[in-house]
Amino acid sequence: MATVKTHTFDAVIVGAGGAGLMAALYASRNANVAVLSKLYPTRSHTGAAQGGVGAALGNMEEDHWEWHAFDTVKGSDYLADQDAVDILCQDAIDVVIEMEHMGLPFDRFPNGRISQRRFGGHTNNETKKPVTRACHAADRTGHMILQTLYQQCIKNKVNFFDEYHVVDLIRVDDTVRGVVAIEIATGDFHVFQSKAVMFATGGWGRCWQVTSNAHSLTGDGAAICLRRGIPMEDMEFFQFHPTGIFKLGILITEGVRGEGGVLINGKGERFMEKYAPTIKDLASRDVVSRAIYLEVKAGNGVNGKNYVHLDITPDTVNHYFEKDGEKRRITREDIEAKLPDIADFTRTYLGIDPVQEPMPVQPTAHYAMGGIPTDVEGRVILDAANTVLPGLYAAGEAACVSVHGANRLGTNSLTDLVVFGRRAGKHMAEFCQEAELLPLPANAAAEVIAEFERIRHNQGSVKMFDVRNRMQTTMTEGVSVFRTDETISTAVSQLQELRAEYQNVGVQDKGNIFNSELLEAWELGCLLELAEVTAVSALARQESRGGHARDDFPERDDAAWLKHTLCHKVGEGEYQLDYKPVTLGRYEPKPRVY
Amino acid sequence: MQVNLRIRRFNPEKDSKAWWGDYTLDDVSRNDTVLDLLNRVKWEIDGTLALRRSCAHGVCGSDALRINGANALACKTLVSRLSSGAATAAIQIEPILGLRVIKDLIVDMEPFMDHYRSVLPYFINDSPPPADGRERLQSQEDRARFDDTTKCILCACCTTSCPSFWANEKYVGPAAIVQAHRFIYDSRDEGAADRLKVVGDTFGVWRCRTNFNCTSACPREIEVTKAIAEVKKVLATGEI
Repeated sequence: MATVKTHTFDAVIVGAGGAGLMAALYASRNANVAVLSKLYPTRSHTGAAQGGVGAALGNMEEDHWEWHAFDTVKGSDYLADQDAVDILCQDAIDVVIEMEHMGLPFDRFPNGRISQRRFGGHTNNETKKPVTRACHAADRTGHMILQTLYQQCIKNKVNFFDEYHVVDLIRVDDTVRGVVAIEIATGDFHVFQSKAVMFATGGWGRCWQVTSNAHSLTGDGAAICLRRGIPMEDMEFFQFHPTGIFKLGILITEGVRGEGGVLINGKGERFMEKYAPTIKDLASRDVVSRAIYLEVKAGNGVNGKNYVHLDITPDTVNHYFEKDGEKRRITREDIEAKLPDIADFTRTYLGIDPVQEPMPVQPTAHYAMGGIPTDVEGRVILDAANTVLPGLYAAGEAACVSVHGANRLGTNSLTDLVVFGRRAGKHMAEFCQEAELLPLPANAAAEVIAEFERIRHNQGSVKMFDVRNRMQTTMTEGVSVFRTDETISTAVSQLQELRAEYQNVGVQDKGNIFNSELLEAWELGCLLELAEVTAVSALARQESRGGHARDDFPERDDAAWLKHTLCHKVGEGEYQLDYKPVTLGRYEPKPRVY
Repeated sequence: MQVNLRIRRFNPEKDSKAWWGDYTLDDVSRNDTVLDLLNRVKWEIDGTLALRRSCAHGVCGSDALRINGANALACKTLVSRLSSGAATAAIQIEPILGLRVIKDLIVDMEPFMDHYRSVLPYFINDSPPPADGRERLQSQEDRARFDDTTKCILCACCTTSCPSFWANEKYVGPAAIVQAHRFIYDSRDEGAADRLKVVGDTFGVWRCRTNFNCTSACPREIEVTKAIAEVKKVLATGEI
């Protein structure tokens, strides 16, 4: 049995991506903060974000935060809470400028201001045409945000515990006492006693077969909260990004279409003209993913397969610019300068040069709109009455504020990270000034240590790899771009079987030092639970809205379903659904046409 | 095709010294990455194999390894680049050199991170930002000046391919110099003097013998040797 060491801080932040680091910068000004991450901070998946961070700076053309807010609400299929969206879009401007002041190397317009590009669903609300709102650093904007925030944390001497894997939350009734973590390098368990805890652990795209998400995106923070009595909000809404590299799922930024790239089916047609006559290829992601799925279903995939082409070759792009009456033209050099990483990915993994040939793409599991429910200060809430659990915070993809509702707009993930990471960090520091450090319960780590010992010494012959593969197939077949009662019900029962089989997963590595097999097995448990919550929530919602498209209920049903799902875990494999109203505001729900 | 994978193994809880593990994988596609192969070994053959990995497409920097004798990211190295087109290929995988091996392919990154932190790798500008509350302006030419070195993902492929680093671990190494370059050449930054003190030290840029291993190893195709030369030039001429 490993030893348990104890540490004491005012606040513990779990996860060191954009939200965790931004929160750390702010919270550590007025509180003693520890940041725990299962990775080195710069390995976090924020670094994989490409195209831009949305903020209505208006550097190129007229723009207003209110336009950004309307686009976000419309993009969300009216499920986002409009008070939270207002905050997102107002704070976005200030926080982007703040990051520039931190040194973030944004690309520049000729006048020296931050460069902005077009992105899906972001419009001039008067002309309905795409607007340049995505502030970018080439096609590695997330990388530059992650690096810049980490650099500032080094400058400000933030306490990091790198490669500490948090595996439990210490909650006593309605108070938070800290977390339990494993020091990966030694296998030792550590208890971090604290007044406040924040989860900024990212998403769980690894529930699906084809995903843009890192291996490490296993939803640990969300699963831990679920096990400790926190409901999960709106889990049926998971975004499938329309342009993942065929079979591999690696993200091809929407910025490609922002720069003029078009989607072409097997018949050579620019099919988005049919589905979104006004903004075509720059419609919301859910709309474009469904269009690709329908094209493939109609036999219009390329070479009869389940993919279409994304074409950024200058000849094609300029042809459509001319056809659409646009003055701009692009050159090979523009593509190399604005999309260097995309060019590198397709050359490396496909042997395809995107300045000469189109790229094969298919929808890829990308982003959790749902997650740990919070208010606009990042405080975790427990129920439909918005009861706060004092001291517990969440931000970033792991959280559901909700600003993305049923479908997130491109660039709003990075905006969400920095806006709500900052708010949560500030609020957490204030909370720590007032709150007292509460005592740890006896044997605070015992329960999770027992679970790890169970997995380590399990004599079962079930292979982790096999269970994970089958979970990913189940979710891909049953709870994907389109779903029906039948497909989701099948998924629910298969996930129940997999949960039972998981109890017999054995590991070969019985050691302590860097036992990544043991940790992967534990992560699989997180994925399985979140997959089940996703399926259970999806089965209940009998309408189509944003990323949740039901073939058997093709219309949005505001009378019955303009509400957030809250899924509580009430026992092993037992879930209870509850609902809470959407906060409306200036924008009345309307049919969504692009 | 078939791949004969030879992996350097070491488990400090069991082994007194490192050994070679041999694994044969069938049905390998030429488009598989080395990370795909290592995952197959770990998931299908031997769960005790330890390696770091995360994004699996060359942007997080976790899986820097020595592959057939040259540093690269496992997730960005395709089997097709390591084989001649024959039905079988032999691939040898070792941890990167010059850092202590913790277990199998995992090395202690702390000395590398210490060097990184030593060059003050953060934006320094104590002047007040513009009074209008907006961004500091920067011309496209000034922004382009340090574009290349902003790509660094701290994977350590460069530093651990450098003979000067192998010879003396106190050498700050190419990755840390790349980070210093990123700020020294940023027109908005005011910390160049402090950074130049660090990289101009005995264990700074003058240890570089321009053998270009770093440039060849960089998975982000940063011209590392050129960046080091530019920092040397600033030290020699005092002009940025």
